[in-house]
Amino acid sequence: MVWEGAALLADIPQLFPAPVTVMVALGQLFVAPGPPGLVWAGELMGNTLISLWRVIVGFALAAATGVFLGIIIGWWRNARDLLEPVIELLRPIPPLAWIPLAMLWFGLGFKPAVFLIWLGAFFPILLNTVLGMESTPNKLVEVAKTLGAGHWQILFKVGLPSAAPSIMAGLRIGIGIGWMCLVAAELTGSNSGLGYMIMYYYSTMEASKTVAGMLMIGIVGFLMFIGLKKLEDKILFWKAA
Amino acid sequence: MNGKKLIIDRVTKTFIEKKGGSFTVALREFSLEIEDGEFVCLVGPSGCGKTTLLKLVAGLEQASSGSIYLDGNAVTGPGRERGLVFQDFALFPWRDVRDNVAFGPEVLKLPLSERIRIAEHCIDLVGLAGSAHKYPSELSGGMKQRVAIARALANNPQLLLMDEPFGSLDAQTRYLMQKELLGIWNVDRKPIIFVTHSVEEAVFLAERVVVMRSSPGSVKSIYPINLRYPRRLTDAAFIELREKITADIAEEVG
Repeated sequence: MVWEGAALLADIPQLFPAPVTVMVALGQLFVAPGPPGLVWAGELMGNTLISLWRVIVGFALAAATGVFLGIIIGWWRNARDLLEPVIELLRPIPPLAWIPLAMLWFGLGFKPAVFLIWLGAFFPILLNTVLGMESTPNKLVEVAKTLGAGHWQILFKVGLPSAAPSIMAGLRIGIGIGWMCLVAAELTGSNSGLGYMIMYYYSTMEASKTVAGMLMIGIVGFLMFIGLKKLEDKILFWKAA
Repeated sequence: MNGKKLIIDRVTKTFIEKKGGSFTVALREFSLEIEDGEFVCLVGPSGCGKTTLLKLVAGLEQASSGSIYLDGNAVTGPGRERGLVFQDFALFPWRDVRDNVAFGPEVLKLPLSERIRIAEHCIDLVGLAGSAHKYPSELSGGMKQRVAIARALANNPQLLLMDEPFGSLDAQTRYLMQKELLGIWNVDRKPIIFVTHSVEEAVFLAERVVVMRSSPGSVKSIYPINLRYPRRLTDAAFIELREKITADIAEEVG
């Protein structure tokens, strides 16, 4: 309502489209032919699918590498001393600062986008896994030892489940950052995806379609977050009650 | 060896502070021998090294000097033949009661059916049948401690070490748990070393009460408790012993 009113008052649909116009734009994008290879899906859903696939691949890579390295660094003091300086040096570099290098290495499209998502999601996943492994309660480790558990059994039966809440939090933060990195990557280094779509309609001065794309980016990000939260509640059921 | 179940032979434990490099002697020349089947309580002022001693026997800490022998074998690390029960239960919150209790048999890689059989037997023993599929967050303090005891028993330990196991329970629950522990002990007569702050608890439970001296910890005096079980807190002989031991500890604190 406020948006609609403000848009009416401003009366510059090229810059500040009203909700009704955005809805119309959404409809138009929905029926317009999709990007090459996904023509059947329509422009909106086709680009969404492209973006989703990139984020899924990048996030899966980040989850696998981040959790794996996080377990190693969080569990073994030596690994930590060895790897931490490198990580602390790379971590402050914003993922977006890697865009030029990513384009140089991987060209345009799928690969640089996946690389940037991986980069953005990797650090929060890694750091939260390390934190979770390190804060395994000493009492539980001791009790497992007295019950006869060996080092690897303690790692998998005590360390990992006890780190699970922290790991899940890392994944949740990671997917959010990954999604942001994806859109940024598509704005510059791509010719498909939701990021590219909103940039394209910026260049054609169709603000309503840009806003429609932004809306879609928000919706997908929100749904991914909800999905992960549901998964988290399922895995960490023992924390409730 | 001389046929004793557990021999603690002149054990000294020194901790070196990480900062400053100063060191604290937690235990000095601590010696104690325990018969098979015996129930021994350790009492003493806070910081007298009771917990350190249990950790040494459990193998979680290494003695700076001296030795500990169980059935004639030197203790060099943690082992499943020595069960440990902590005051704060230390249950695995992501495992239900049965899987907590089955942890020992599981890491021993016993077949699943065997693990379940042992776990259910031990859960019955501590009176938790019917709660096997509850999670620790759903249990009261007393129930949690029953799970911790069942978990230690599931390994069929030769020696049960208990570090103020009932310290955080309310008086009613505590009394109930004491009686049940005696019942469990009566079944298979495995020796128990039980650390407590409460002299009353010690006199109620133990066949021998060991009073410790603090900083550095060592044995001050040993009281055999020749009262018949079940003991009554109001018996004259009980009260007399309780007061005598309390005075002995007070002397140490003062």
